Amino acid sequence: MIAEIGHYALVLAFFVAIAQVVVPLYGAARRDTALMGFAAPAASAQFLCIAIAFGALMHAYITSDFSVANVAQNSHSLKPLLYKISGVWGNHEGSMVFWVLILALFGFAVAAFGRQLPDSLKARVISIQGLIGLAFLAFILLTSNPFERLDPAPLDGRDLNPLLQDPGLAFHPPMLYIGYVGFSLAFSFAMAALIEGRVDPAWARWVRPWTLAAWTFLTAGITLGSWWAYYELGWGGWWFWDPVENASFMPWLAGTALLHSAIVVEKRDALKAWTILLAIITFSLSLMGTFLVRSGILTSVHAFAVDPERGLFILGILIVAVGGSLTLFAVRAPALKAGGLFAPVSREGGLVLNNLILSVATVTVFIGTLYPLFLDAMTGDKVSVGAPFFNATFVPVMIPLLVLLAIGPLLPWKRGNLRAAVEKLWVSALFTVVVAGGILVLEKGAPLAPVLGFGFAAWVAGGVVTELTERIRLFRIPLGDSLRRLFNLPGAAYGMSLAHLGMAVFICGATGEMNWTRELVATARAGDTLTLGQYELVLEKVERSQGPNYFRDMATLNVSKDGVPYATLHPERRLYPVQQMPTTEAAIRSGISGDLYVAIGEGSDLGGYIVRVWVKPLVPWIWAGAMMMVLGGLFSLSDRRLRIGAPKRSRRRPAAPAVTEAGD
Amino acid sequence: MIRSIILALVLVVLSMPAFAVEPGEMLKDPALEARARELSKEVRCLVCQNQSIDDSNAGLAKDLRVILRERLVAGDSDSEIKTFLVERYGDFVLLKPPVKAETLFLWYGPFAIGVLGAIGVAVFLLRRRDGGGDEAVPMPLSDDERKRIDALMSEQDRKA
Repeated sequence: MIAEIGHYALVLAFFVAIAQVVVPLYGAARRDTALMGFAAPAASAQFLCIAIAFGALMHAYITSDFSVANVAQNSHSLKPLLYKISGVWGNHEGSMVFWVLILALFGFAVAAFGRQLPDSLKARVISIQGLIGLAFLAFILLTSNPFERLDPAPLDGRDLNPLLQDPGLAFHPPMLYIGYVGFSLAFSFAMAALIEGRVDPAWARWVRPWTLAAWTFLTAGITLGSWWAYYELGWGGWWFWDPVENASFMPWLAGTALLHSAIVVEKRDALKAWTILLAIITFSLSLMGTFLVRSGILTSVHAFAVDPERGLFILGILIVAVGGSLTLFAVRAPALKAGGLFAPVSREGGLVLNNLILSVATVTVFIGTLYPLFLDAMTGDKVSVGAPFFNATFVPVMIPLLVLLAIGPLLPWKRGNLRAAVEKLWVSALFTVVVAGGILVLEKGAPLAPVLGFGFAAWVAGGVVTELTERIRLFRIPLGDSLRRLFNLPGAAYGMSLAHLGMAVFICGATGEMNWTRELVATARAGDTLTLGQYELVLEKVERSQGPNYFRDMATLNVSKDGVPYATLHPERRLYPVQQMPTTEAAIRSGISGDLYVAIGEGSDLGGYIVRVWVKPLVPWIWAGAMMMVLGGLFSLSDRRLRIGAPKRSRRRPAAPAVTEAGD
Repeated sequence: MIRSIILALVLVVLSMPAFAVEPGEMLKDPALEARARELSKEVRCLVCQNQSIDDSNAGLAKDLRVILRERLVAGDSDSEIKTFLVERYGDFVLLKPPVKAETLFLWYGPFAIGVLGAIGVAVFLLRRRDGGGDEAVPMPLSDDERKRIDALMSEQDRKA
């Protein structure tokens, strides 16, 4: 019964979406306040309907209602509660419902918080948001109904893929989805602005925080996924340039560019058309990611051709959305009035270069990801484009960005002096030389990669510190005044510094891991000692036991570092009987200087277990750097009220239900 | 999650016995083994989703690792081994595709787009130039123009 309510709510949401698209759009064209006022309650109703559907699906999972086909295929009665819940979005149908839920949530957010928006802009934004929802609701209802019943119901489910039964992965999809579906709002705002034919700083003030929020979640989501891959897949990699990873990385790159260009629109009323285009591109890349992942085209072109229904549907949505929005852009963008002027050497100029580099980086990932599909479809030739390709192309593209990252924030708006900015950076330059030189000596001049990596990290970090000291005028005014300035800095300033510094920390982590990792693979029996670097590991024992829905072999290793007891590690190997699938649970001891990573394999025929040990320097810096970017995003978001200024104060009132707004 | 589903799918299908590189496969000579590891990172496990044979647990990956090491022991160079693998399995086996007619756009496309973008940005920036006020100022003179003006001015001076 509850499943049917869910299904019904989805159908209802579909019809609400039709009204949400048509009525406000028509109302905005006719300047009819009453019809425009329909937008907000429609968005709220839309969100409510989808929330009910999502709740119904969640209910089916929690109660293990195996008469629902989706639950039977992806859950199991013995599965821990957390994974019953995360199982809702751990499969195709459920994840699509989650997708539209987030979409409707963002539409609802505009309805709820959009008091200050001009009526027509608000109506149009909500209408476009509804249009995207409409397409995906149709997709779910026609090809991917999560509420389909089974008769007779099976006694138990087929369980969720054990690799997905992990806390990191329980939260990874929601973060990721809030991130890349969140860019839909930037897209809707862009479309609405094109229809209105007007982009002003007020528009950017709206778009920027929402883009920033989406970007922050996307960053967190990607990081969580990377972290999961690192500890769960058992071979200690953290980024594989897998097409599915790239699918979330491209919107991230474009979204990062969008964040920066929106600053220029907001502060200087320039780069309007470009920012609109970026908003379109960013969300189009999100849609393309959904297509790549959901159509199965990545697994093989063949699989896609055999069951093309879903893939073609999303491809259709993608083509209409991208084609439609670009056409609208081509027609309307020339009408946008160009804004403030600036010299090539200026903050604006720096941000334009930032956008150029990030765009080229996006294109690099885009071509690399799609080329094999493209070539296969055109000529039937098969090529592989993997990590070595991206390391050889993407990394060099990003290097100029790192150089620029230290200089750009030191340039004033409108017109700057490159020499003055560079002169401010002499301490950073010295620091960079010292760090790079230090690494060169330490490494005895061998490979150049770590020298460059740490050198650039030092340059970026130096740039951040320089910018901060300039801002608080350290040593040029009394120290107390400087500190007061430091505490009174706006959130956005902290946000920028933190995020940029996070970049430096991340580069250190990535460089350390890629260049200094050491590995030992050996067969060990109980009592054997393994030595890797400063570490000595004694395999005490391997015990077999049973978890809630799996069996495990758990090893106990006593580790000493330089002869001093350091840790006791328990790597596991699990077998999930329902899916007949083994997983590894690595044991990781993290320290600020790096990770000690131990995984065990199956017992070998000759007795003993295969043990893999890695010393992975600076890996925690990768996560720390990414978390700093997330924190930077949050800090910058906290600044919103300040930035927007006085009119916002009225918003301290609790958001009343949007329905009342219709009567306004 | 999205990645994991695909990865997971692949792993389920392949349901591998143990680890990637196993102790039994490794070569005694550490230098040769190090070369083997580096080389395996560039060789695709053909039945996997975007995994190198160094990472993969699939049976085929293991076979390829063993073959690769045999060739190394036999004294082949890295490029000879790659050629050998490409002859057997096609370009698909290399995770870093070779530069040739079909892959020109892959390798140089981003570069070409970068150059075009840079030209576009340069043109845009020069047009956006600001004289410091809110009014647009005329473009500064090029060296040629300056010379011509100087010449004209000095001519006028002479006449005066």
